Amino acid sequence: MIRTEELLLNVGPQHPSTHGVLRLVLKLDGEVITEATPVIGYLHRGTEKLAESLNYTQIIPYTDRMDYVSAMTNNYVLCHAVEKMMGIEVPERAQFLRLIVMEMQRIASHLVWWGTYLLDLGAMSPFLYAFKEREKIVSLFNELCGARLTYNYMRVGGVKWDAPPGWIDKVRDFVPYMEKQLEEYEQLVSGNEIFLARVRGIGKYDAETAIAYGLSGANLRCTGVKWDLRKNEPYCIYDRFEFDVPVGTNGDCYDRYMVRFEEMRQSLRILKQAIEQFPSSGETMGKVPRVIRPPAGETYVRIESPRGEIGCHIVSKGKAEPYRLKFRRPSFNNLQILPKLLVGETMTNLIAIMGGIDFVLGEVDC
Amino acid sequence: MSEERKREEGRPEAPREADRQPAAARQEESGGEKRGEPAAAGRQAPSAAERQSPAAPEQQASPVAQQQEPANTQEVSGTEPAGAGAEHPNQPQPDTMPEHPEASASGKPAAPANAAAGGRTGGGAAAAGEGAGTDAAAGAGADTAAGGTAGSGAADPEREAKIKAAQEARAARLAAKAAAGGGDGAASGGAAGAGAAADPEREAKIKAAQEARAARLAAKAAAEAGGDAAPAEPKPPSPKQPWLDEAVELLKSEVHPEAVEEASINELSDDMPTIVVKAEHWRAVAELLKSHGKLGCNYLRNVTGVDYETHLEVVYFVINLETKREYAIKIRTDREQPSVPSATPVWTGANWPEREIYDLLGVEFPGHPDLRRILMPDDWVGHPLRKDYVPLDPEV
Repeated sequence: MIRTEELLLNVGPQHPSTHGVLRLVLKLDGEVITEATPVIGYLHRGTEKLAESLNYTQIIPYTDRMDYVSAMTNNYVLCHAVEKMMGIEVPERAQFLRLIVMEMQRIASHLVWWGTYLLDLGAMSPFLYAFKEREKIVSLFNELCGARLTYNYMRVGGVKWDAPPGWIDKVRDFVPYMEKQLEEYEQLVSGNEIFLARVRGIGKYDAETAIAYGLSGANLRCTGVKWDLRKNEPYCIYDRFEFDVPVGTNGDCYDRYMVRFEEMRQSLRILKQAIEQFPSSGETMGKVPRVIRPPAGETYVRIESPRGEIGCHIVSKGKAEPYRLKFRRPSFNNLQILPKLLVGETMTNLIAIMGGIDFVLGEVDC
Repeated sequence: MSEERKREEGRPEAPREADRQPAAARQEESGGEKRGEPAAAGRQAPSAAERQSPAAPEQQASPVAQQQEPANTQEVSGTEPAGAGAEHPNQPQPDTMPEHPEASASGKPAAPANAAAGGRTGGGAAAAGEGAGTDAAAGAGADTAAGGTAGSGAADPEREAKIKAAQEARAARLAAKAAAGGGDGAASGGAAGAGAAADPEREAKIKAAQEARAARLAAKAAAEAGGDAAPAEPKPPSPKQPWLDEAVELLKSEVHPEAVEEASINELSDDMPTIVVKAEHWRAVAELLKSHGKLGCNYLRNVTGVDYETHLEVVYFVINLETKREYAIKIRTDREQPSVPSATPVWTGANWPEREIYDLLGVEFPGHPDLRRILMPDDWVGHPLRKDYVPLDPEV
């Protein structure tokens, strides 16, 4: 007589598909997952606690290290929050630079996701292509601010460095190039039979579930909810540009893939317009007091990071340091749905589902 | 000479400073020390703020500064070689490292003390910082302060008085300048600095100072009277006020008449309607917020826990994705035995954020399906985000 026993399996904390240190405690019945418990906190550095003894400019480098795949948007959310509290106006040129780097960052971030996701699913070459293109963006960032990953580029009131001569032209050349490459990659992957078999109908949930779980970003939009903060609650200068918010219909891994892929195209579209309108001269720093002391009170600002709604809740007592600084990290909230998605799935689908959420552990643990 | 240039650069900025003053000034009058250092000028030029009283814009221009003020005008108008007199003891400390000139505008900790940059960014206030002690560009500060409060849009009598004060001060300065000009012509060479002032000049100065002081007192009195009479803000109500009123009304009628402790519009956060709810009614409030047809806040965007030392507070940010109607709901709880009913049964997404708050701040969430530590190890002692947290581990 054949008898099956429940098997307890530890995935991680070191596992290539988790892209960081995430541990999943799985209970398996044969190859089917009956229970999944994510264990997080391995990368917890206490950013929020540290921030309470730092002034606002000193906190910016810490935001780089939260979602290290998308440091620019993290920079922005903090600076934006302080600017909002203090009523600081950011000069036009700085606004454009911020928008341009944030959209480039979105492409770079989605490229990392695209490459590694397909790598997880067994396709090696897309990873190489993705990192080849990402390298171009990272090099441009390097020219701009001297760092390839943790940029520390934005400041309260503007940006730290103006674009070096010729930089904008390089971005201008990059846009059509990337458009062409995306076309090629879509042909390479998006219709691939094996790929479709791995992602279609996998990890499905509906809009109601997504909203109940507080998902954001592509994880929410794949269910057809058109909620993109760039459109719905415009910040920076996003309201000046034309772009679409791609949404899915089925809420499965394939839709999440398509939404992110299309988002890269839309980002290029924004970039194209932004470069056309880029002011030829101007300040890159607004008028900011030497010591940044937001007035007593609190604010919650949120923006659309590549992974969803990243928020910054500042409670200020009028000091140079925040009294309490809370980051709403999209990956943290998005990861919540993982146990629900995994139950009843097979081990092979685990990889497809987990990768589809697109989380960054640095941000989950903060 | 550089002094002159700086002042000229500074001057046009003064009105901009003034624009930002009203809020601070009003805060000050309403007696709240809420804004830390409310004077906009103080914020702009910390060096000046440290020396002078950081409290009120009016106080910034101390009588002493005003007395000296005409001397400065003279210096500016006339004699270039008054070099020694133009030494600024209050010059921003040069202990900061030289950097990009732009960086000074960033207000970074190590912002350069580049005087020119300071003048540019700090505007009138920075000029004040440069001169405050000896000569007195602080006069410019007085000017800014008076002008700023005049523009504050506060009660009318107060405003008039202030405008008058500013005008008088200006007139007095002009008189002093004229006198100085006369003296200058008579005096020989560069020694015509502030020290060697002719008699008529001094008289003019004293007179100007007295006038200014009187005017300021009058303005202050008027402000107090006006403040008592009309404390109401002239601002139009926020467009989100109806949301707040509606929610408060509903919570009072549907949940409990006492459910709402406070309700306000948070102007710093895009006019976020903010409601403080009693902990025992929170669950019912949450359900109403989510399911009531008018509110329909189906999306929980963020949960924050804050340790206020006197109490703990949990803030839920909810929004209706269709109407974009949003609220911040605060629940205050005791610090010794903090407990807030869990919202996870209402919004599933509250699960991990509540665990995080339990982990880092020690707030209990009765009704939570799985309340365990999430970021810290299970055997950790203490709650790190508490203000009085001390790590237990001697090795840490």
